[in-house]
Amino acid sequence: MQTYDLEANGLRGLNSTLQEQNGGTNKTAWEVVNPKGSHAIAVGLDSPIDVTVKGSTGYYCAGMNQQATVRVEGSVGPGVAENMMSGQVIVEGDASQYAGATGHGGLLVIKGNASSRCGISMKGIDIVVHGNIGHMCAFMAQAGNLVVCGDAGDALGDSCYEARLFVRGSVKSLGADCIEKEMRPEHIEILKDLLERAGSDAKPEEFKRYGSARQLYNFDVDNAQAY
Amino acid sequence: MDNKNIPRTEPIQSATFTNPINAEIRRAAATGIYDIRGGGAKRRVPHFDDLLFLGASVSRYPLEGYREKCETKVTLGTRFAKKPIELDIPVTIAGMSFGALSGPAKEALGRGASAAGTSTTTGDGGMTPEERGHSSKLVYQYLPSRYGMNPDDLRKADAIEVVVGQGAKPGGGGMLLGQKISDRVAEMRCLPKGIDQRSACRHPDWTGPDDLEIKILELREITDWQVPIYVKVGGTRPYYDTALAVKAGADVVVLDGMQGGTAATQDVFIEHVGLPTLACIRPAVQALQDLGVHREVQLIVSGGIRTGADVAKAMALGADAVAIGTAALIALGDNDPKWESEYQKLGTTTGAYDDWHEGLDPAGITTQDAELMKRVDPVDAGRRLRNYLKVMTLEAQTIARACGHNHLHNLEPEDLCALTMEAAAMARVPLAGTDWYPGKAGF
Repeated sequence: MQTYDLEANGLRGLNSTLQEQNGGTNKTAWEVVNPKGSHAIAVGLDSPIDVTVKGSTGYYCAGMNQQATVRVEGSVGPGVAENMMSGQVIVEGDASQYAGATGHGGLLVIKGNASSRCGISMKGIDIVVHGNIGHMCAFMAQAGNLVVCGDAGDALGDSCYEARLFVRGSVKSLGADCIEKEMRPEHIEILKDLLERAGSDAKPEEFKRYGSARQLYNFDVDNAQAY
Repeated sequence: MDNKNIPRTEPIQSATFTNPINAEIRRAAATGIYDIRGGGAKRRVPHFDDLLFLGASVSRYPLEGYREKCETKVTLGTRFAKKPIELDIPVTIAGMSFGALSGPAKEALGRGASAAGTSTTTGDGGMTPEERGHSSKLVYQYLPSRYGMNPDDLRKADAIEVVVGQGAKPGGGGMLLGQKISDRVAEMRCLPKGIDQRSACRHPDWTGPDDLEIKILELREITDWQVPIYVKVGGTRPYYDTALAVKAGADVVVLDGMQGGTAATQDVFIEHVGLPTLACIRPAVQALQDLGVHREVQLIVSGGIRTGADVAKAMALGADAVAIGTAALIALGDNDPKWESEYQKLGTTTGAYDDWHEGLDPAGITTQDAELMKRVDPVDAGRRLRNYLKVMTLEAQTIARACGHNHLHNLEPEDLCALTMEAAAMARVPLAGTDWYPGKAGF
């Protein structure tokens, strides 16, 4: 285990060190101490290393992650794992706004709650939230899966495209063009896999599926009131 | 008197309800949807044509056009980036997306810009290998939609342009209608083929200048602080937007006036929101000067740049460089008279064709139609763009020498006068024949 003291050695040194690791490195496990809410921790990684952040972070932790597994033993600020391409990001605490925004791939697990706009514009990422999520989550979500073991706030899935949204608890309201959909066997399989990988003991059968009604895909003046 | 012999009043067309206005009312009534089109504002607004250079005389001596050098090089991104961009000429190619433009058109832009020693820019939809391969210097736009956004391409870029807004539609998002969503465009954007794609008007993971500062930090950390980061804003509140972009850590501010083009937006947005380019420059330069960073943070101006005179005027007002979009497309062959019969079939005419969103462009530039895009030969079109960029540069040098300057950056507001009160007020240069402009202190 390699230990990096962020307070003592600075952000640039941390990210450049982690970014320099490649597939052949023996330094596969890293521990970041004294994060103290710093922004842009462990961003732009592109190797299969494990990074554990011992505390809470600011904005954009693990932004644009590729291959790496980043675990945060605390809560995260806005934009955790934004635009993630692959790998895993696990947050032991809560997440602020925009968690997993525009992510293309990989798995984001939030063991606490996620705030508003979780999964906004997601493009293939899988997100599992053990707790609740706030308003406008999965806004314009294009692809991937958002799994919520608790409740969802207002306007879930507003103007979403092909992303799948699974919610176990209540949904305060659905956004424009988002509807409840039939839960078919293939969806149960997807859920089962994601819940297992995210360390949740929730049962796939307890969830409802939501997604796009595809009524706003091409502009129609008779739908103008929906916007 | 016989009624037949009573003189009749002459029919008078309304200056308010003009034929174009009435036609638009009828079109709206028939379709129930606003008019969507490409391009920038077509209305007459105060512009560079309303300014003149004074030239040299007894008080200033000129440089010899064929003997004395007038430099054109510009370096962008000197504030924080380890590798600033060095351009041979101060005319860059503005962001235009693959999707809005055909692959051959993007390739031609790269070829032409590279041959002229300048940069080109991606757009909403990501970076294509052809574009990267043919652009010696490529600026990668970081847009609200994040279509095609990935860290590998980000690191391949020579600069990153965080797009907050654009002049044609400040405060508005993008549109790419289903007709232009080919398999490849759909795949790059992670969306189904054939749907109308909406690009968001705000970034999904930051709002406001404080957040932007952190976003820029993240981008720099991902790219090892190597490349410049531009912030592009539409012309709305140029003083404050420029100041806030500087505060957020921009290396370069790109300022786009309302004549700047778009691939597709509501006509009402294009014509009624935003400031003319001429009105944007001085407030932006003032902000840079007030913060003590004029020339340290570079200013790129775009929106209606057509000639070397426009380049020289923008630079005299304080810009470090300009960007062209519409003009570059015309150089490639957009709205060329040789396609007039086809424009007629589309209900338009050469010079007026702006339904770029429909994907039927006879010139093969704003289309994804496999047959139409064959009309663009990237090599020939790239050569035309290179020629045009060279001519613009020569024209700007001609003016600079006539004003006695050995570098385009040495052009200054004192070289200019204005033909109209409006232009004098916006450009803050004297009305021709006077030493006064509206708002000048002491009058």
